[in-house]
Amino acid sequence: MQTATHPSNEVSYLDYKGKYKGIFGWIFSTDHKRIGLLYMYSMLVMFVVGVGLGLAMKLELIAPGKTIMDPGTYNAVFTVHGVIMIFMIVIPGLPAVFGNFFLPIMIGAKDVSFPKLNLLSWYFYVAGALLVISSVLFGNGTPDTGWTFYAPYSFKSGTNLLPAIFGAFVLGFSSILTGLNFIVTIHRMRAPGMTWFKMPLFPWSLYGTAWIQLLATPVVGITLVLVALERIFNIGVFDPALGGDPILYQHLFWIYSHPAVYVMILPAMGAISEIIPTFSQKHIFGYRAIIASTLAIAFVGYFVWGHHMFTSGMSGTAQYTFSILTFIVAIPSAIKVFNWISTMHKGSINPEAPFLWAVSFIFVFMIGGFSGLVLGALAANVHVHDTAFVVAHFHFIVFGGVGFAFFGAIHYWFPKMFGRMYDKVWAKVGWAFFTVGFLTLYSPMFYLGMMGMPRRYYDYLPEFHAANILSSLGSWVMTFGLLIVVINLFRSAKNGPIAEMNPWNSKTLEWTVPSPPPLENFDEIPVYGEKDGPYEY
Amino acid sequence: METEKHHIVPYRVYVYILIALVVMTFMSIGITKINLGAYSVLGAMIFATVKSVLVLTWFMHLKFDQPLLRFMVGFVVLLFFAVIFITFLDYYFR
Repeated sequence: MQTATHPSNEVSYLDYKGKYKGIFGWIFSTDHKRIGLLYMYSMLVMFVVGVGLGLAMKLELIAPGKTIMDPGTYNAVFTVHGVIMIFMIVIPGLPAVFGNFFLPIMIGAKDVSFPKLNLLSWYFYVAGALLVISSVLFGNGTPDTGWTFYAPYSFKSGTNLLPAIFGAFVLGFSSILTGLNFIVTIHRMRAPGMTWFKMPLFPWSLYGTAWIQLLATPVVGITLVLVALERIFNIGVFDPALGGDPILYQHLFWIYSHPAVYVMILPAMGAISEIIPTFSQKHIFGYRAIIASTLAIAFVGYFVWGHHMFTSGMSGTAQYTFSILTFIVAIPSAIKVFNWISTMHKGSINPEAPFLWAVSFIFVFMIGGFSGLVLGALAANVHVHDTAFVVAHFHFIVFGGVGFAFFGAIHYWFPKMFGRMYDKVWAKVGWAFFTVGFLTLYSPMFYLGMMGMPRRYYDYLPEFHAANILSSLGSWVMTFGLLIVVINLFRSAKNGPIAEMNPWNSKTLEWTVPSPPPLENFDEIPVYGEKDGPYEY
Repeated sequence: METEKHHIVPYRVYVYILIALVVMTFMSIGITKINLGAYSVLGAMIFATVKSVLVLTWFMHLKFDQPLLRFMVGFVVLLFFAVIFITFLDYYFR
C-alpha cells in the first residue's frame, strides 16, 4: 500500500488557523473532524442532563412512596430523560461523533462528500436540542407522555408538548442529512483500489446505518407532524373520538423507532469489529459474514416494529408475523457475536481499556439480546409488557450496547483524535466501576419486572423495596465510574503523554496519518494494492 | 464525472408530466367520494405510486441515470411496499 507522507510543518486539525478564530473556527468549520468533536461536546452536555435525570429517578425509587418528587414530576423526568437519551445521545451517538471523524480517514478521503451539509446537520442537532429544552423551561409544564409521545395522550396532555415534538422533528433532519452524506461519501470517495470488500467494518456499519437514517427517519417526522396537527386542529387521524386510530400512531412511530435501535447498535457493532481484531492482533474472523449480518440486520430490522405493540390490540396475524420476524433478526446479531469470539480465539490478546469495554459490550449485549427473545415471544411478552423487565432489556441493549461501544471507541481512537494517551490504569478503574455499577443498576429490574413491578410509576409495593435499593446503589457506582472515565479523558486530552502514531498496531488507514490528523487527512490519497486489506496482521 | 452523459429533456415533456400530476391529484381527491370499503387505501396508493414514478423517472432524471441508482430506488420502493403489506396484516385481520 502506498502511504501518505506528512511534512513536519503541516499542523493538525486542532491547531489549524482558518478564516475564523476561537469558537467561530469551530462552529463555522466544515472539517469533518471538528464537526465530529462538536457533536461529541454537544452530546456530552445533554448526556450530563440525561444522567442527572436518571439518577433523580433512581433516587425517587429508593423507597416506596414519595421520596424526592411527586408523580407528575416523575412523569416529566422520565419523559425528558428518554427524549434526551434517545434522540440526542444514542441515535446520533457513534455515527455523528466517530462516523464523522473517522469515516473519511478510514476510506482514504479528505472529507465527506458534502462538508457544508455536514455542518448544517450539526446546526439542526443544536436547534432540535434547544427546542426540546425550551419545552422544559417555558409553557404549561414539562411534557409527560414518555419519549414515545403515544396517542391519544400526546394530544390530550395539557403540557408543553409542541416544542418537544418539533425538536424531535428537527433532530430527524440532522440524522437524515448525516445518513445521506455517508452514503454518498462511501459510494464516491473510497480510495483507489479500496473495493467494497476491502473496506473496514466500521464504514460498512455506517453504510447500513445511513440507509436506515435516510429511509426510516422521515416516517417519524411525518408522524410527529400529524400529532402536532391533531393537537392544534383536531383533525382525527389518531383520535378515536374523531374516528381516528391510536394504534396507527404506534405503527407509524415504531416503523421508525425500531429501526432506530439499529441506527444505535450497528455503528456500535462496527466499532467493536475494529477493536477486537486490533487487540487480538488477528484478522477478523468471517469478514464477509459480518458485512452480510450488518446488512441483514439493517434490512430485517425494518419489519419487526410490531413487537413493541403486542398488547396494543393489534390483529393476531400481525402478532404472529412480528414475533417470527423478531426471532429472525436475532440470527445476524448472533453471527456477529460468534465472529468476534472466533477472532479472539488463539489471538494475541492485549487487555487494554478499549478491549475491556469491547468484551463487556459483548457480555451486556448478549444479556440484552436474550431478554429480547423473551419479549419477542408472544406468550411471555404479555406477562412482562410495560414492566421493569422491559426497562432492563432496553437499557442493556441501548445503554449497554451504545454506551459500552462508545466508551470502547473513545478509548481506542482517543490517541488519534487528540494526539495524546490517557492514563491507562485510571481507564481500567473507570471501566470496572462503570461495569459493576451498570450490572447492579439494571439486573434487579429483570427480577422486578418478572415479579410484576410496572414501569413508569413513581411508587411501588413494599415487596419490591430491596431490589430497588440495590438498583439505586448501582446507579451511584456506575456514575462514579463514569466520572472517572470522563475526568481521565478530559485531563489526558490536554496533559496526557504524546501518543505514538499507531499505539495499538492497528491496520486500518486512520493509523497511517499523524496524531492528531492534519486538516485534509492525507497529503496524497492512499492507493490500495491487490493484497492490501484492513485486517492483515 | 467526465464519462457520464448529459440529457436534455424537452420542456413539453415536463409540461405533460405536470399536467398528469395535477389531473391525478384531482382524481385522488375525487376517488374519496366513492366508497371502496376495504380497497380505499389501495386506490389512494395506486395514484400515489403512479405520481411518484412520474416524478422519479422524469423530474428526478432516473430514466437517464446509472442503473445502480435505479436499483437503489427500486429496492426502496419494494421496502416501502413490504412495510405497507405488513401493516395491513394488522388492519385486514383485526
